[in-house]
Amino acid sequence: MSLTLDGAQADAPVPAPVQGYWGAVFGRLRRDPVALVSGIVLLMILLAALFAPWLAPASPFQTSMLNRLQPIGSPGYPLGSDELGRDVLSRLIHGARLSLLIGVMPVINAFVIGSAIGIVAGFVGGRTNSVIMRVIDVFYAFPAVLLAVALAGALGAGLVNSLLSLTIVFIPPIARVAESVTTQVRSVDYIEAARASGARSLTIIRRHVLGNVLGPIFVYATSLISVSMILASGLSFLGLGARPPMPEWGLMLNTMRDAIYVNPWVAVLPGMMIFTVSICFNMLSDGLRSAMDVKL
Amino acid sequence: MPIYFLKRVLYVIPIALAVSFFCFSLVHLSPGDPMDAVVSPDAPSEVVAMVQRAYGFDRPLPEQYGRWVLRAVQGDLGLSAANGRAVTAEVFSALKNTLLLAFAASLIGFTLGCVFGTLAGYFQGSLLDRLVTGIAVGGVSVPHYWLGMLLVIIFSVELNWLPSSGAGPGSSSDWNVEWAYLRHLILPAVTLSVIPMGVVTRTVRAMVADILAHEFVEALRAKGLAERQVFRHVVKNVAPTALAVMGLQLGYLLGGSILVETVFSWPGTGLLLNNAIFQRDLPILQGTILVLALFFVMLNLIVDLAQARLDPRIQRG
Repeated sequence: MSLTLDGAQADAPVPAPVQGYWGAVFGRLRRDPVALVSGIVLLMILLAALFAPWLAPASPFQTSMLNRLQPIGSPGYPLGSDELGRDVLSRLIHGARLSLLIGVMPVINAFVIGSAIGIVAGFVGGRTNSVIMRVIDVFYAFPAVLLAVALAGALGAGLVNSLLSLTIVFIPPIARVAESVTTQVRSVDYIEAARASGARSLTIIRRHVLGNVLGPIFVYATSLISVSMILASGLSFLGLGARPPMPEWGLMLNTMRDAIYVNPWVAVLPGMMIFTVSICFNMLSDGLRSAMDVKL
Repeated sequence: MPIYFLKRVLYVIPIALAVSFFCFSLVHLSPGDPMDAVVSPDAPSEVVAMVQRAYGFDRPLPEQYGRWVLRAVQGDLGLSAANGRAVTAEVFSALKNTLLLAFAASLIGFTLGCVFGTLAGYFQGSLLDRLVTGIAVGGVSVPHYWLGMLLVIIFSVELNWLPSSGAGPGSSSDWNVEWAYLRHLILPAVTLSVIPMGVVTRTVRAMVADILAHEFVEALRAKGLAERQVFRHVVKNVAPTALAVMGLQLGYLLGGSILVETVFSWPGTGLLLNNAIFQRDLPILQGTILVLALFFVMLNLIVDLAQARLDPRIQRG
């Protein structure tokens, strides 16, 4: 008797641990080795950025005219020194703060603003939608890099302006995706049912639309972070973003450009960091896309 | 059917006007007086007034915009604030070099992208597929200005095989089909080609894999068609989307070349734009962006029309 009971118990399906949609996505993401490794690398860089003052062996601003352009592995300069004798390792660690901030912030801003525009346009539909989307079309007449450089150039060099111009660059593509996803959701029966039962538009958007559209928009937005990192550091590289002596990877790449004839392998390190972060975000975004089964 | 084409062509007009308005506004977005680049701030006021009249800065804004558009239509984009030369001539001589670079880069990038993408799509899940996918992700993730520096270090500094800057021997900016010029093109073109290579590889791979999963491919094989002929069917299905992506990429290269041109001192629109920003030469800034954007708009038009021709479903949708 007890045997059968035990057997029955063993055969009964183990109740799945309570996990929401995001728990399931995270579980799938964790089984994707590429996404997992990318996520861990990004997390480590993020932690390094947060704890930079404690991690960095030296000050990122301390110059030394005697120790300029030291090669990798010099005593006291594990990754060499730059054109003003500053410790490159410390500057790379501190640089992660600004570089991540100016790379990720524009996408976050654009995600909020672009989603709002796109969802409203898609939900309201009709003439309002056409007008909003035609304005968005105008921004599509500019290649992203050109638009970023043009705006940053016109507004004048500086961090805030570079953030602002990149935000403007990423709003149109996000709004376009948000609009197309919302338009698809709008015609679904349960939205019609909610409307018929007297729910107000805002309630419908909040309760029925957001949950269905934010996922795909979010996945799309994460795929833009890589481009944003490259562009943000690129603006600094051109001299339109961070200003010396701030440690920022793109700017470091720029100031060490002449050092490629003396100490080439130190000069390319900041670019290596941009590349690492950018490729990790791309692979994480790819993993997220398949984990959430989003088709755009 | 011609309705779609007509509508698409006419749509260019409002877009072009909006683009011109945006370019015009750029000057007034910028802090400081557009006059700053022309006359020094402590110049006597009558000189400032005279130069203002010469550049038309003393008129009301809507009138300035109207005049600017009317003259732009006639091919006159004003004078450079930094050196007084005609903006149109400056922009078009730079555009020639940018186009050369963009075409060379797309030739490399598109060829590799199509070959890689097709191979990866055909042998999905294989080692080759994973290798190609890796290269493609690398291509779209690499900061190309950094890749440019890397190539300069390897091929110019260490190996001394190829020049690291300029478009030709000396400081010449006129281009000839000679080895002396061609070798200047190699590094910037390869650098710029990695992005379209990555994007095209990813698109073609996904498309080929998608088409191969269709039942009609199985049917073609079942009726005894040689693999070469099956491949022709695949190509026909992939072509419209692939061509559209390539067309857009060519356009992105025009704008995207600014960083690469800066790294290699390539005398194109990117370098012109960069110099204009730092000299606060607003007429050049305005003119370059206008020309590039209009070029991009036309390219988009051509891509859409070509795609509609290749894929009749688009005209109906």
